[in-house]
Amino acid sequence: MSAVEVSILPFTCDLGGERHSFEDLRAVLAAASPARSGDELAGLAATSATQRVAARWVLADLPLTVFLSETVVPYERDEVTRLIIDSHDAAAFAPIAHLTVGGFRDWLLSEAADTAALAGIARGVTPEMAAAVSKLMRAQDLIAVAKKIRVVTAFRSTIGLPGRLSTRLQPNHPADDPRGIAAAVLDGLLHGVGDAVIGVNPATDSVPAATTLIRMLDELRERYAIPTQSCVLTHVTNALTIMERGAPVDLVFQSVAGSEAANAGFGIDLAVLREAHGAARALGRGTVGQNAMYFETGQGSALSANAHHGVDQQTMEARAYAVARAFDPLLVNTVVGFIGPEYLYDGKQIIRAGLEDHFCGKLLGLPMGCDVCYTNHAEADQDDMDSLMTLLTVAGCSFLICVPGSDDVMLSYQSLSNHDALYLRSVMGLRPAPEFEAWLAETGIAAPDGKLRSLTDGASSFVRRLAESLA
Amino acid sequence: MSPPVSNDMVPGELWARLRQTTPARIALGRVGHALPLGEVLDFQLAHARARDAVHAALDVAALEGALAPLPVRHVESDAPDRATYLRRPDLGRRLSPRSAALLAETGGRHDVVFVIGDGLSATGVQAGAARLVQACRTELGDLSIGPVVIAQQARVALGDPIGEALGARVCVMIIGERPGLSVNDSLGIYMTFAPRTGRSDAERNCISNIHGAGGLSPQEAARTLGWLLREALRRQLSGVDLKDDQTPALPFEDQNPA
Repeated sequence: MSAVEVSILPFTCDLGGERHSFEDLRAVLAAASPARSGDELAGLAATSATQRVAARWVLADLPLTVFLSETVVPYERDEVTRLIIDSHDAAAFAPIAHLTVGGFRDWLLSEAADTAALAGIARGVTPEMAAAVSKLMRAQDLIAVAKKIRVVTAFRSTIGLPGRLSTRLQPNHPADDPRGIAAAVLDGLLHGVGDAVIGVNPATDSVPAATTLIRMLDELRERYAIPTQSCVLTHVTNALTIMERGAPVDLVFQSVAGSEAANAGFGIDLAVLREAHGAARALGRGTVGQNAMYFETGQGSALSANAHHGVDQQTMEARAYAVARAFDPLLVNTVVGFIGPEYLYDGKQIIRAGLEDHFCGKLLGLPMGCDVCYTNHAEADQDDMDSLMTLLTVAGCSFLICVPGSDDVMLSYQSLSNHDALYLRSVMGLRPAPEFEAWLAETGIAAPDGKLRSLTDGASSFVRRLAESLA
Repeated sequence: MSPPVSNDMVPGELWARLRQTTPARIALGRVGHALPLGEVLDFQLAHARARDAVHAALDVAALEGALAPLPVRHVESDAPDRATYLRRPDLGRRLSPRSAALLAETGGRHDVVFVIGDGLSATGVQAGAARLVQACRTELGDLSIGPVVIAQQARVALGDPIGEALGARVCVMIIGERPGLSVNDSLGIYMTFAPRTGRSDAERNCISNIHGAGGLSPQEAARTLGWLLREALRRQLSGVDLKDDQTPALPFEDQNPA
């Protein structure tokens, strides 16, 4: 070990005679983050590789309780901070209350931190604690700990059971054409994709267009008794209007961020989420559970709204999970590579961020999934996505997003393909949600052994009927 | 290379009908669990073309030739190269000191100034910007129109200091949109009333997806711009407050990071 002396002065350490001081808790957290373009853009990143490690030494010796006494975004000015502090569960925190951030990292990796212990502390962990400890963890640590955490949620299918990997079927269409969307739904179903949700991003912000799609998806799901849930990812206020008008809404969707100001940029606050959550629950449409919310997040969203309060993008991302967990969601995913290279520059940064987001979400008790994705102006390609999806699946990721052939023809970015779900389930021996797995077998899409039928087996009468009804 | 394997679970004739309903890559078949090689290479080609469009440099002389005989000014943002441009959108939104000085010297007073910015697709700008400017000028013939400014390493908001320096009542930024796999030469128009540094994105109106593969034609885009621009001049504003159900143009939502 090198000659390191962490000073009793706050946020200072000496590395072999070289003193490193950090102005406040935010500065320590930001400098301790692995390098990424968004923090550089914000002027928050470590100024040298050495300073980054110095920040980690400082962070390692901070007590976890510092995050309860010092807020990174002021309590008085931010309802997300108030949510985090006011909903902190002191009893759940008790088993780890004596630890430093470094000690917390060691405890998480220890055998004492088994699945039950990790579930027990979830409500005692704040987003800032989760972000802080993740900055001291290597990729394998993020995977190893996430793998031990079990978060199970349910609506018409059950997400997050051991040995399962669920998928969102994302059948987007550039003009919201219901027939084109139905064709992409068929393509996904025949790959065994869609047990987490069949979720469409509409091209327009129109309530009538979203309602048309909601009715179409619901009718399709009803007619073929598909044990999954549908979602049209329209703004939460649109969903409220649509529910008022009596349309069959399964899941209510919203993008959320880690500060009140960033959420205002999305046109939401906690009150409107509370209202929507209540309305969705009141419909009581779930059969095996009633988790009725679906949230998406992504590092950089607070900075892009200039609502980051001088806090690094990964800590702001973890704060978004506090918003999500207040509403018992069925699904939460980070859209990790979507926002662009000014926040996550290349495949290396996207992969690291994806693992951090999954770990932090799981540690906080969320049913965490990921949109493993990239844009054409990022330094990334399919090999990077193969790496991230494989790592996330090893980490026990709850669900992944799939589009036909990796090409989202509406949002113009690359996500995973339906084929990727087959690869992951095959190499890791994983199965879809049990309700959906049974449906795949009953309909003849899968063989009795659970594997998708060989392409040369010919169509079951069910599949033929389904395809003909859509064509 | 083996021929693509068709998905025998659904008859080919049915798939053919389904494929007509969407540009999505459905019914690709599979080899084991993987995509057939032809589909893999087809995807790589589309990605390569999109990447090339992002990194292509604008041929300014050729663009100026296509705009002739219109008067043209050249500027560049404070982002010195593509790598910096991609990481630092803030630099792409302000003029280099040299360009700022040049425009300050030029000055002016116009109803409209057109700016052509390379944005994220110089390929798209090279292919369609001159034609789009001509179509817009035809639509706005009775207004006073300043010189066309060609801006390199440009983000949307670079139009603010340009329009301000040239005394434009309205700045019309024509910019290359982020390339997708299916379209890599799409243009967007961002219209800002009373441009000045610090304008927010909510104060602009956007007409996007202007391209030849099923997108808006230059004439359609120009007609929409004509309506928006006259309304902006009449009501002395642009952006979300100009949203009107009669027009397909949406207020700018920060979806396209150009």
